[in-house]
Amino acid sequence: MSTTTSTPAARKPTSPGFRERVTNLPKAVKILLWVLFAIFLFLLPLLNIPFITTEGSDFGGVLFTVATYVLVALGLNIVVGYAGLLDLGYVGFYAIGAYTIGVLTSEHAHMSWVVVVPIAIVIAMISGIILGAPTLRVRGDYLAIVTLGFGEIVRLTLVNSQWLGGAQGISDIPKPPGFELFEVPSIDWSSGAPVVDLDTTSTFLKFGINDFVPYYWLALGVISLVLLFDILVKSSRVGRAWEATREDEDAAELMGVPTFRFKLLAFALGAAIGGLSGALFATKAGFISPDSFQLLLSILFLAAVVVGGAGNRWGVIVGAIVVSYFPERFREFADFRVLVFGLALMLLAIFRPQGLLPPRRTVRAKRADDRQAVLEEGEASV
Amino acid sequence: MQNLIDNFFAYTITGLTIGAVYALVALGYTLVYGVLRLINFAHSEVFMYGTFAALWVVMLLGGRPGAGVGQVIFWVAMMFVAAMAMSGFIAVLLERVAYRPLRKRNAPPLIALISAIGASFVLAEIMGLRSRITGWVGLDDNLRDYVRNSRNNAGMPTIIAPQPIFTVGGYHVTNVDVFVIVGAIAIMVVLDQFVKRSRLGRGIRAVAMDPESAALMGVNRDRVIQVTFLVGGVMAGAAAVFYMLKIGITRYDAGFILGVKAFTAAVLGGIGNLRGALLGGFILGLAENYGSAVVGSQWKDVVAFVLLILILLFRPTGLLGESLGKARA
Repeated sequence: MSTTTSTPAARKPTSPGFRERVTNLPKAVKILLWVLFAIFLFLLPLLNIPFITTEGSDFGGVLFTVATYVLVALGLNIVVGYAGLLDLGYVGFYAIGAYTIGVLTSEHAHMSWVVVVPIAIVIAMISGIILGAPTLRVRGDYLAIVTLGFGEIVRLTLVNSQWLGGAQGISDIPKPPGFELFEVPSIDWSSGAPVVDLDTTSTFLKFGINDFVPYYWLALGVISLVLLFDILVKSSRVGRAWEATREDEDAAELMGVPTFRFKLLAFALGAAIGGLSGALFATKAGFISPDSFQLLLSILFLAAVVVGGAGNRWGVIVGAIVVSYFPERFREFADFRVLVFGLALMLLAIFRPQGLLPPRRTVRAKRADDRQAVLEEGEASV
Repeated sequence: MQNLIDNFFAYTITGLTIGAVYALVALGYTLVYGVLRLINFAHSEVFMYGTFAALWVVMLLGGRPGAGVGQVIFWVAMMFVAAMAMSGFIAVLLERVAYRPLRKRNAPPLIALISAIGASFVLAEIMGLRSRITGWVGLDDNLRDYVRNSRNNAGMPTIIAPQPIFTVGGYHVTNVDVFVIVGAIAIMVVLDQFVKRSRLGRGIRAVAMDPESAALMGVNRDRVIQVTFLVGGVMAGAAAVFYMLKIGITRYDAGFILGVKAFTAAVLGGIGNLRGALLGGFILGLAENYGSAVVGSQWKDVVAFVLLILILLFRPTGLLGESLGKARA
């Protein structure tokens, strides 16, 4: 549809792009591709693909970390990307989710994991509403500092409350109940070619302490649910209201969009997903302390969203993978990880200011701007 | 509460000294925000480099406790020169490398924040890895005293021994306290006059008010922005000297929390407003000290942030409003 509106100056006789080619595939092929991709993701920790697999640390654990980042990025994308609210304290919700799990399954009660996870989501959501209701009225730039303050308040409260375990944190968080359906063998590459290794297996959904692969599968399942939810919400009236609010709040308000309520909704949904990721993190780690929820983490989360392309759910997934995976993969340069990461952020900001995968809307807007620029230049030279 | 009443003046003076440091660093945030409308996230590292410059120059000149008055004045003067030069240089460099390329490409404001975060990491890590870096160029033997334990605290010899000058309500106010508070206010008065009266200051205000009209009137925007960063950096350098005289310990990540606090102070007073930064810095310093006296010192930072949230709720543009730039809704 972009070719029909373009002016002669911008039109190029190009073959259909990657996106068009994919969307033009027959539906059956698309579904098949998706299924194959899902199976690939499911088996990824066991394939032990050379170079991709991390050497120093357990690959299943790394993939789990990547998956929590993806989840967080999806949640933060609702706040930052869709609603355009700059949140620098997202780690607060992550911590609230994790601590709800810790307090209710280990520290003060021994409730079942299955019951506690929804509670964690609800508590994170409520805290999002409590923080959002007063602060979403302040202007965008200030929202950043208020949320930053919130993240720190949460962390310092955790450090200073003995009821929440204080600086030592909470340990012995129980494993979620699982079941043993089937075992999945892994692939061994040590002979140079892939060989199926029947001795090293992961049991489908047996949450142990040595094998992190089932946690990764759990996270993968959660991500697909959140993604589905995200797609539905974004294409609904709510998604359009967010877009209108982000682009021009006053205009949206005049058109009858209750902007404050929609901003609050975005904040609450983002908080809920943040709480959910925190809950998963606590489940896998089995131990949480305030140190796990440093302010820096908020900044990494935000970096994931912006690096990937705020507003595009596939983009933020890529961003989350970049931010969480590369530091793990290149552990041998441990000392220089942060330095290289910082440099990468700067280069990215300069050369891909819209993120790695910018949202389609932004691409369209940019194209329109370029056309405008071409026209204006033409007038000036005449 | 009794604790606060008993030691009211002790908390007040401590609050004012740390508030003076906040205020000077806050100026950097406020100036840049006023001109560019962006949060210069890496300003905390500008401050941190200043503390190291101050520390190194004292080490280089053989600073030690108990020297004569003339000697001490010379050392402190050299600290100011070194820290201001270093911070000013880092700030200008930051603008050149992290912000100017983005401005030329009309990047969205959020991406400037990412670039600043990246720059902040890079600057902090370079300082944190300084022993490795000097190792590569083969200077680690010559510079061992300056770079060793680069991940740990670096302490400075107390060149000014804190001596009580006068007593307020049972608290002995030391020479360091007086020097920090009076010095910070003096520097801020100078800056205020600079922005108000000098040609460059007029340029800064013009760009803050309306960048396009300013450009049409012949103000060189890039130059003004550069000067703004330089001035902000120099102020952070001064803050670094006061910080080193009062606290005396720095580290490669020392800037972060202080930067957050200083930014809070800037917002508190009304970001973009120079006098607001001064007021915000002092209020924040006092409030967190009074607060820590009442609810315990471990809640100090919580007090600071709760205060910020409360003030923003009731006065969304800060205490004094945003005067450097145009008034926005």
